[in-house]
Amino acid sequence: MLYSILIYDSEAVVEARPAAENAAHLEQHIALQKTLRSAGRLGPVARLMPTTAAVTVTQNRTAKKAGKPVILDGPFAETKEHLVGFYIFECDSLDEAIAAAQTLPLDSGALEVRPIGWFEPGVLPTATSD
Amino acid sequence: MAEPPRVDKPADASSSAASSSAAISSADLAWIEPQLVAARPQAIAALTRYFRDLDTAEEAFQEACLRALRRWPDQGPPRDAPAWLIFVGRNYGLDQKRRQQRREPLPEHDDLIETAHGEVQMIEALDQAEVRDDVLRLLFVCCHPQLEVPQQLALALRIVAGLTVPEIARAFLVAPKTMEQRITRAKRRVAERNIPFAQPTADERTERLRTVSTMIYLLFNEGYSASAGDHQIRTTLCDEAIRLARLLLRLFPDQAEIMGLLALCLLQHARSRARLDAHGDLILLEDQDRGQWDAGAIAEGLVLVEKALRRHQPGPFQIQAAIAAVHSHASRAEDTDWQEIERLYISLERLMPSPVVTLNRAVVVEKTRGAAAALELVEGLREPLDGYFHYHGVHGALLAKLGHETPARAAYQRALTLARTPAERAHIRQQLERVGKKLDEV
Repeated sequence: MLYSILIYDSEAVVEARPAAENAAHLEQHIALQKTLRSAGRLGPVARLMPTTAAVTVTQNRTAKKAGKPVILDGPFAETKEHLVGFYIFECDSLDEAIAAAQTLPLDSGALEVRPIGWFEPGVLPTATSD
Repeated sequence: MAEPPRVDKPADASSSAASSSAAISSADLAWIEPQLVAARPQAIAALTRYFRDLDTAEEAFQEACLRALRRWPDQGPPRDAPAWLIFVGRNYGLDQKRRQQRREPLPEHDDLIETAHGEVQMIEALDQAEVRDDVLRLLFVCCHPQLEVPQQLALALRIVAGLTVPEIARAFLVAPKTMEQRITRAKRRVAERNIPFAQPTADERTERLRTVSTMIYLLFNEGYSASAGDHQIRTTLCDEAIRLARLLLRLFPDQAEIMGLLALCLLQHARSRARLDAHGDLILLEDQDRGQWDAGAIAEGLVLVEKALRRHQPGPFQIQAAIAAVHSHASRAEDTDWQEIERLYISLERLMPSPVVTLNRAVVVEKTRGAAAALELVEGLREPLDGYFHYHGVHGALLAKLGHETPARAAYQRALTLARTPAERAHIRQQLERVGKKLDEV
């Protein structure tokens, strides 16, 4: 079964975290990726840009302009924690998926483990902007 | 009063925590501190609205932080850290007031906390719009028109960002005691000015956003201009400015100029690794190793410029960010699209006419239409910019390029008298030497 780990965190808290702390977090991520990769079970992994870079496409539901798409600046939901990244990987059981999530840093926010219903691996090569 | 905990100062935080409770483990500090630092602007802003006094708000927040350091290691983090801190801080402030009035004993801490957990829901219901205006107001308070710019920046760094007084003193090259006095005076002045707490009108909000954005950019520049101060604290100023710009954009996500402000800071900051040599001297944009630029910051800056331009509400920050974006697109200096940059400078001049902007355009005109055209533009600026270092530096460079060594030397000599930093002086001396050699050859 394929599982996803969805990483939620408060962006304000992430920004307030010292660089050394963030570097330590990164190491934990790299360790999990290495384990899953060497087992041939690693799917796409992404770190998302801050929600200030996001736009939200929604629908105008007022009677007059119903059905017209509306493009709003910012994330979909005004919440304290935002989706900041995700993993897709293969596992034999939910327990195993939870165990994988537990190797990730969790100073703040939460990790949502959600099984995947349909998956298309795509054709993109690895990309990074840092 | 003890300094509030800071992310980059675990030693300070543990000592302030230790003063009122058992020592806190560094592992607990590591997760709690960023929560406190992140909550600070919103919490201080709400407490200021509540108590109508900055000092009381700061003290209440400080106390709430100490309680968080005591309680959270055992209880775990509250669902909403800012709401918890506001609530606990508010109760503390109220109790202090009551105690002053009636000399009643304080309730036990535990009672406060229980109440806090019970009623946090109510605070969470705080109108998001109110949070926005609270934080904006707090930032605006720091921009008192009668305060000098460095005082405004010091105040924002202290109150909103929560930097310690010694850190701010280091950034502005003064003794901590002097900075302490400056901040105290600035706070007093700010308290005298009655900014209404009522919801601002749309025009007032726009005006506040403009003022605050300018202050944030000045803060960024204070860190970015490598004129003085040690490198580390200057980077901190840039980081704090970026953090404030992000905060503002999260609160006002559809403001094109704030997107421009954040993009401009990110795109400039992306070059910081490449712009100083081993001796700490400035490396000009054209000579920088572009491989050293921070690709992540550039990617984010470019997205923000794109987002901002979609709104068709041009402003000075957006145009300056767009200029920085054109530079970022060129992987080699010779690939720079100078035509596009010149067009952008013309838009900037139209929006914000200023001889300094024209001088910047002249530097670009040299690339697009040659030194003679640039010189013509520059010579029209002598009157307004005669006391400006860069004017004479650019003037001298153009004259030298056109082979007019004698007037070039005069311009450089004038620049030398106006230079403010050793780096600027060193640069001009080099140019003078070059011109001198040419004159000797003749």
